[in-house]
Amino acid sequence: MRSEFLVRLTALTRKETRQMLRDRSNLMVGLLLPVALILLFGYGLSFDVRDAPVAVVLDDNSAIAREAVAGIEGSRYLSPVYVDTMARAEAMLQSGKVDAIVRVPIDFSRRQVTGSATIQLILNGIDSTTATSLDAYVSASVSNAMLRRMDREGAAPHRGSITLMQRTWFNEAGISTWYLVPGLIVLVMTLVGAFLTSLLIAREWERGTQEALFVTPVRPLEIVLAKLLPYMVVGLIDLATCLLAARFLFHVPIRGSLFAIVLASSLYLAVSLLLGLFISGRTRNQFAASQVALLTSFLPALMLSGFIFDLRNVPVAVQVIAQLLPATHFMGMVKSLFLAGTDWMMVARNCTILAAYAFVLIFATRRTLRKTLD
Amino acid sequence: MSEIVATVVSEGLRKTFTAPDGTSFNAIDEVSFKVRPGTLSAFVGPDGAGKTTMMRMMAGLLAPDEGALSVLGVDVRRDPQEVQNRISYMPQRFGLYEDLSVQENLDLYADLHGVPLDERKERFARMLEMTDMARFTQRPAGKLSGGMKQKLGLACTLVRVPELLLLDEPSVGVDPLSRRDLWQILEQLIGDEGLSVIVSTAYMDEAERCDEIFVLNKGRLLAEGTPEQLRGKADGLTYIATPADGMLARNLQARLIDARDCIVDAVPRGGAVRLIRAQDHEPASVSELLGGARIEPRPAELEDAFMFLLRQHETSGEGHKPPPLTAGASNAAPAVGSEDSGSEREVMIRVRDLVRRFGDFTAVANTSFDVVKGEIFGLLGPNGAGKTTTFRMLCGLLPATSGQLDVAGVNLRTARAAARARIGYVAQKFSLYSNLSVRENLEFFGGAYGLRGKMLRRRVRETLERFNLDASATCGLLPLGYKQRLAMATGLIHEPDILFLDEPTSGIDPLARRAFWRTITALSDEGVTIIVTTHFMEEAEYCDRIAIQDAGHLLALGTPREVREQAGNGETDDMDRAFIAIVEQGRARASDEQAAA
Repeated sequence: MRSEFLVRLTALTRKETRQMLRDRSNLMVGLLLPVALILLFGYGLSFDVRDAPVAVVLDDNSAIAREAVAGIEGSRYLSPVYVDTMARAEAMLQSGKVDAIVRVPIDFSRRQVTGSATIQLILNGIDSTTATSLDAYVSASVSNAMLRRMDREGAAPHRGSITLMQRTWFNEAGISTWYLVPGLIVLVMTLVGAFLTSLLIAREWERGTQEALFVTPVRPLEIVLAKLLPYMVVGLIDLATCLLAARFLFHVPIRGSLFAIVLASSLYLAVSLLLGLFISGRTRNQFAASQVALLTSFLPALMLSGFIFDLRNVPVAVQVIAQLLPATHFMGMVKSLFLAGTDWMMVARNCTILAAYAFVLIFATRRTLRKTLD
Repeated sequence: MSEIVATVVSEGLRKTFTAPDGTSFNAIDEVSFKVRPGTLSAFVGPDGAGKTTMMRMMAGLLAPDEGALSVLGVDVRRDPQEVQNRISYMPQRFGLYEDLSVQENLDLYADLHGVPLDERKERFARMLEMTDMARFTQRPAGKLSGGMKQKLGLACTLVRVPELLLLDEPSVGVDPLSRRDLWQILEQLIGDEGLSVIVSTAYMDEAERCDEIFVLNKGRLLAEGTPEQLRGKADGLTYIATPADGMLARNLQARLIDARDCIVDAVPRGGAVRLIRAQDHEPASVSELLGGARIEPRPAELEDAFMFLLRQHETSGEGHKPPPLTAGASNAAPAVGSEDSGSEREVMIRVRDLVRRFGDFTAVANTSFDVVKGEIFGLLGPNGAGKTTTFRMLCGLLPATSGQLDVAGVNLRTARAAARARIGYVAQKFSLYSNLSVRENLEFFGGAYGLRGKMLRRRVRETLERFNLDASATCGLLPLGYKQRLAMATGLIHEPDILFLDEPTSGIDPLARRAFWRTITALSDEGVTIIVTTHFMEEAEYCDRIAIQDAGHLLALGTPREVREQAGNGETDDMDRAFIAIVEQGRARASDEQAAA
């Protein structure tokens, strides 16, 4: 019995592999689309601010005032544009030529003596992510300048005042590729998995081969496994591509165990492929299957898995949905494996969840292949 | 296995499906039968009879809703896998992987059936030799012709010797030559290996070769028995009528088929008309209809018995409603037309030296013919003969590479739009909008042909009446024969001079086909010119003239009688055999020329 199972599984796997290799367009989707995604998300999507133009209006043109904003000039995140009047600065902000206005008021030097000097910062709130970053950069550069000045004058900080020593861990420089590229592995595994396999069972129905296959000694589980194996290989090639790109193209550190990353990715890949197969077996129609696969796996993985947005800020209902997605469990795990190191307890917990999904999906898919046309 | 007295035993079998409109119907209804081991049995019936459902139930792919079904002594419902381990089944679409090569397909099925390697070598060699495919083992299955796919499908089904072989309509959509090859292979295998075989088919000549025939219609088993026994049912009712000089056989046939009370069936064949008299009408009542034609009794054939059973089922009220006879049925049957009256009629289509090439491949080579007004012109040929290409050029869907092509007096190569307004076209897969109603479909196609306002309303009303259509019915829910009528109605809405019909009767049942041809002959009498392609050779008999094409060349052109005579060797009344003879002569000539060159 056992060897018959292996003979049939080998024959079916060979058939699936040949079909996969001969279907050029699908193979392209499987191997080139991930590369396109890596380049698109790696280079096209960035939350970083660099050389942002900032209008500087010096109503008070004293040395102290100029020193206060000199930090803007030195920052690699900001690039000052000196403007004479506030009206012109406003016009520039309006037309999008600058992202912010820094205004040193006319009484700056006078009030500085009493310690109540203010500098006005006006931000373009249309792009709130950039605005938040600019706020931080401008504040930092201004307060740095003031600290240096106090240092030079030997003035001891006021007694009782607190200095906040700020430091970011894991992504010290706050580079967004560090944050996005590990998540990209999730997207690639999802897309390749669900999209490619969603066509497989439906194709057998549409071409009328399912009927002939059913009337052989073949078992449903053999069909599922045979369709899974060749695409597992494609998915692992994609995983390798992602890991290499992360390491050598985007210089993302891999601080956790590589073994844990590969294990978790393989598990997630299997879940994703099986989800595609399940959809294919249920719809029995290639067009419907690929639409459903896109809607139920890729888009949620993009929006709800924590790839871009922090899930703790979303409504409870959305959080519940997010927790149901296998992508969410993999996303958290892979990001922390890349940047924070290996927390084996967390890896074990998430891998168990993924394995449970894979197990359930294998049996659900097998059920869609019960040998009947009813 | 000696305890098995029957390969298949069915008792009170019923299978219910839900139709697209939500009502449920019995695809198989109270069917009981036994199939003896070691025999070749056939399920025969028109489309929608339940043949495929029956085959799938025997293969364990569909579970019966009621009744008992055992195959090889195993209850199929309880243990379908056990049955599937012991039988082989070829579904209608052959079950081939088109992107795998011939050899890879064979290997796959041999692996799945667990055929040992040493046995396999011998078996493959035998299968490849029988199907004449040893040269093509590396070719992808998708690149094979229809006939070759069918043979490969059979070879894959027979990678091992099963205890029972099930073939579901193995010859549907395959030309007569390939059909003949398939049956030769099958008969050889039955002789050599003592296979038990069950086939389903709509072809009577195939049923004739079987030991036992089961006639299905609308899910009911109408009759069973040997071909001999079934023929007996129409005994004494069958005649052949030879029309008087100057009368067309199809006109005589039209008169006969309109008399539904006393004539069960009438078809033109070999210049005469074969008819079946209704049981309760005296022979004398028939002769009134003949208009001077000579009538003689003839021995009953299986086809007669089949038509007799179908009509009987229909009138008993259990079968489908009779397809209302359509165009011209209300008028008197056509006057006795004369066969040579066409000589001075206007030429509607003139084709001279027509050529169409696709790259290096010549699909149509140097073809010339004329079609005159009111003529029914048939284009026949095996799959891939170039008839579809010719057809598409004639109706302006495909430009010709060279040659002259006048349609309705307009040069199609220079004034395609002007020619199009005068032609109607009915595609093989009827171009109808399934979620629109019958009226909406007619209005749309009328509009597309430039009809507007009052004119459009008048034509829609006339067409609905003429074709006896229900204006508010949703097109997608109509049965196939009805759709076929609607498709023809849309092609005629703008009163074209020429009507093109591409394989109009494929897939519709024999009764609906009779009604279809009755409409066509009526249209021809009104002066509409009709060009039709078909793969039912017997339908060539309705045509005034036919052209047979193979490999792009015109092999025969003339009246059905002339073409039969060209075939020679006494093929005087069987169009199927005449067709095979002409194609084979043509191919032999071509290979001689090639050898000489």
